[in-house]
Formats: sequence, C-alpha cells, structure tokens
Amino acid sequence: MLRSSEKYALIALLAGLCLIVLSVAGVQTSTYVMNLVGQIAAFSLLALSLDLIWGFCGILSLGHGLYFAIGGYLVAMHLVKVAFEATGTPPDFMLFMGWDALPFYYFGMENFFYLMFVILLVSFVVSLIFGYLSFRSRVTGVYFAIITQAFVYMMMLFMFRNDTGFGGNNGMTGFSEIFGMSFRENSTATALCGISLAILGVALFGCKKLVDSPIGRFMRAVKEDESRLRFLGFDTVHVKLLAWCASAVLAAIAGLLYVPQVGIINPRVLSPELSIEIAVWVAIGGRGSLVGAILGAIVVSGLKFVLTGLVPDLWPFILAILVIGIVIYLPNGLSDGTKIIGLPKSNKLPNFLQKFKP
Amino acid sequence: MKRAGQAIYVSGLNVSFGSFSVLKNLSWLVNFGEIRGVIGPNGAGKTTLLDALTGKTKFQSGDVFVRGSNQIKDLKESAIARLGMGRKFQKPSIFAGLNIFENLEIALRSGKSTLASFARLQPSERETINETAALIGLSSELEKDAGTLAHGQKQWLEIGMLIIAKPAVILLDEPVAGMNAEERIKTAGLISKLKGPDIAIVVVEHDMQFVEQVCDTVTVLHDGQILIEGSMEEVKKNSQVVDVYLGRDANDA
Repeated sequence: MLRSSEKYALIALLAGLCLIVLSVAGVQTSTYVMNLVGQIAAFSLLALSLDLIWGFCGILSLGHGLYFAIGGYLVAMHLVKVAFEATGTPPDFMLFMGWDALPFYYFGMENFFYLMFVILLVSFVVSLIFGYLSFRSRVTGVYFAIITQAFVYMMMLFMFRNDTGFGGNNGMTGFSEIFGMSFRENSTATALCGISLAILGVALFGCKKLVDSPIGRFMRAVKEDESRLRFLGFDTVHVKLLAWCASAVLAAIAGLLYVPQVGIINPRVLSPELSIEIAVWVAIGGRGSLVGAILGAIVVSGLKFVLTGLVPDLWPFILAILVIGIVIYLPNGLSDGTKIIGLPKSNKLPNFLQKFKP
Repeated sequence: MKRAGQAIYVSGLNVSFGSFSVLKNLSWLVNFGEIRGVIGPNGAGKTTLLDALTGKTKFQSGDVFVRGSNQIKDLKESAIARLGMGRKFQKPSIFAGLNIFENLEIALRSGKSTLASFARLQPSERETINETAALIGLSSELEKDAGTLAHGQKQWLEIGMLIIAKPAVILLDEPVAGMNAEERIKTAGLISKLKGPDIAIVVVEHDMQFVEQVCDTVTVLHDGQILIEGSMEEVKKNSQVVDVYLGRDANDA
C-alpha cells in the first residue's frame, strides 16, 4: 500500500486550485485537455468510492453506476432548469413529448445548494435502503454483486422510457451555463476541471483519514472475518452501512462532476458495462490501495480514450488481456507495480520479476 | 430456579439438521468459578453444543440461559456475545490482514456500542492491549500481520482477544489442537490464569491430559446426550466412557 496518499491528495488539490485561478484570470487553456483531465478526475473519484467498500470492506458492487447516475441525472436536471429559466422553452426531449413546461419535480432545481442537498439525500437514502435490506439479510459476496448489477440494469431500463422527464433513450443535453458561466467558454472547462481535481484531492484525503481511523479498522475486520466480529459482539450491519453509504455519496459526487464536463447524460451510465468497468479500474489499480484505485482509473480510461480512437474494435480485447495479465502477475494491481519499478522498497516481488531484483 | 451463580443453564435442548438429530433433549449446567471440560467421541455434538450456545446454529426446542436468566433463544450472535458469551473457534479465527495490536484493539472495543467503538483509544486502553499482548507472549510482534503468525501463536492471539474482551462465559473449542507439548503447557497456564469467581470457562478438547490439567469437572457427551459428569478421576473409571471411546456398544460389554 502506498503510504503517500496525503501527498497525492495535496498535489491534486493544489493542481485543482491552480486551474481555478487560471480560469478566473482568464488564461486560455486547451479545452480538450481540460475536459479529458476533468473527466478522468471524476472517474478517479468513482474508482475511489468503489475501492472504499470493495478494497477495504470486502463488499463488491457491480452496480455503482447507479449512484454515479444519481449525481449525473440530478445535475443534468439543474442544468436543464437553468437553461429553461433563461430561454422559457423546455429542452427538445420534452418538446417532442408535447410538454410545454418542466414537470413538478424540477421545482427548485435551479438552486445549486438545493441541488447539492438533493444529490446527497437521494444517494444516501437509496444506498441506505438497499444496503440495509441486503446486509440485514446477510447477502454477501457474489450474490450481493449480482443484486447490485440487477438493480442498476433495472434502473437503466426505466430511464430508457421517454415519459419520465429525464430524456429517455436520448438522454439529457442542451445545457447552456453553470454558475452563470457559458459552456462555450474555455474558462468554464478550466474551472470545472480544477474543481474536479480539487474535490478528488479532498476526497482522497478524507478517505485516507477514514480508513486509518478506528472505523477503517472495523471495515478491514469485516473484510477479513465478518462472523468473528459478530461473535465478539459487534453488529456488522452498522459498519457496512456506514462504508456503503459513504461510498454511494462519493460516487454521486463523481456523477455531479462528470456530467457538466461531457455535456450529456443518457441511460448508458446505468449499463452493467460501465459498472463493471469501475470494478476493472479498481482491480487493475489495486484493491485496498486508495491511490491504486485512482491510478487504475487514470490508466484504463486514459488508454480507452486513446485506443478507442485508434483501434476501436480491439479495445475490449486489449482490456480483457490487461485484466487477465494483472490478475495473474499483480494480484494487488498496479499499486504493486509501483513497488516493482522501485519507488518504495518491497521484499515481495512477483515471481516473474524476482530475477530483476537487485 | 435460575440463580446468579449459573453461567450457562441448558434445558431440553434439541438441535437437528434435517432428520438427523445432533443434540437430544440435552440439559446442562455450568456455574461461575469453574472450568468445565467437555469431551466425547467425534460426532458426539460438542461443537454443535457451542454453536447452539453462541447463536451460530439455531435450536429447534429447549431453553438456553446465560448469566442467570438471560434467554438466548432467537437472539443474534452479536447480541449473545454482548450478554457475555465469548468463543474461541476450533480453527483459529482472527483478522489475518490486521496486525496483532489491531486484533486486540477490536476485541477490546467489543463491549461498547457501535458509535463508542469508533472512538480514539485512551492511553489506559493502549496499556491494556500491551499487557494482554505480554500475557499471550506476542509483545514483540504487535506490528506483525496476524496472518503471518505460527499456528500456536494464532491460537494464543484468539485467546488473548477473549481475555481482553472480558466475557463472563468463555467457550474454548479445542484450544490446543495442533500444538506441541511446550505450547500446550503454556496454553494450560493461560487458561488457568483466566479462572476466577465471576467467570465460567468451558473447554472442548480431545487431549485428555490437557483436560485433566485445567478442568475442575468434566462432562462426557455421547450421541447428543450427557453420558456422565464428574471429576476426571471418576470419568476415567467409568466403564461406559471407555466403551464409547473404544467404539464398543454398551450392550456388547
């Protein structure tokens, strides 16, 4: 495990603050690069959230896209409402349905603080109910993973409907501005990227504090031997719920950061493929290492950006080979790899690298 | 009927798996202050009895009271543990990925509510952890992952976790399994140190010498029922006990 989580958290925070300053100062940046970096920061936050429960508490979710989508759809509602207030016309996807005003549940969504409150509340309540019912019934391991996946798939089918007010299969798009900043401005992309990086840094720092606290010790104890904890007199449901809800809220915040940067959300974020990809980031980066999970998200989504442009048909195969290779040679993911290339010292090199040992 | 001196009171306990009956109308009493051995051939129901007492296995009928009048029927494992029932499993059951200190720390917090157990450690609590580590002979390895310990040390760590959690009733399932002679002596010393007027200890063990060494009285289980109860001397002299251990049917003798 990397001991330098705090250092990386500080770097991300400072980089984010610098970009915000650049944005305010009106310095021109590359919108493409800013969008790319900002999106990867949002993905990193998503990976971090999954690592918190999978890597530290041993609970694998293959449906974390659900909480990402909660944050994403709610911020999209905010952006649609803001555009509606400015122009007075509902977005195209509502006009097609013959609606001339926004449905009632858009009430108050133009207020950013209300939006934040709703995002935290919805992700918390949904994860609380889902987690409580599952953990109380002692659904664990692969069964839990399957249920999370089924749930996210069900929500995808629901969001594909066109009459929900959430854009149906076309999704929600046509956003004009955020915080009064037009999405056409380069400074907006810079600011969003900066905010994403800064929040990633704060989240990494917070997660590090959490896993190092007594709560973190209990989370790891749940992962190691949940029944031993029960026979010591602990109700493990409490610890698991705490980690699960914290993870869900983080994932929702990742969705909140992601959608304004890509300018669209559609039910694809609820597809099982995306949720599995989150698990792939964490597995490749290193379960149980916070920095590792972020590294996994950066490497895999970075590769995806490049390779889906160059060889789109080959990408799934490349990803599959990568996963198999990592599982065989680096069971703890790339966070082991950083040890191999010699940054921190390690005495347990994988077998195939033993001969390179100095 | 249920006095304060009673640590465990079992009445008419029946446990069966499908049509196979493991414990048959078992009634049993263990008092505070004693160390009780439970012996019996394989399949007698020793581990099942501990499973029923700790909530791991639900029983079909009967009553189990802990510490006087606390009925444990229908309680969850954690609730039973909070009533003061501590257990060491046959296979060392520790948190392999946590170090010795953290293992003991978690056990130390076991009496508390969930929120209180998330609090920072007090200096006096650190002291208790260090003392317990010294008692089980693991002082110098506090930072070591529990999973890297030798088998005997894992057993001691689990006993240490019981000592620090301070249960009123301690159930030990084969505490010396897989230990060499020297380790057995050390374990016997540990268990004897635990003895006190407010604590009841139940030892399930195959090693007769060990049982004789640490236990005051012995219960012999056979085929889901109590065959005989008494001192090891009496038990050894009993011809029925010899028969069940040698696998002879009592009718043949």
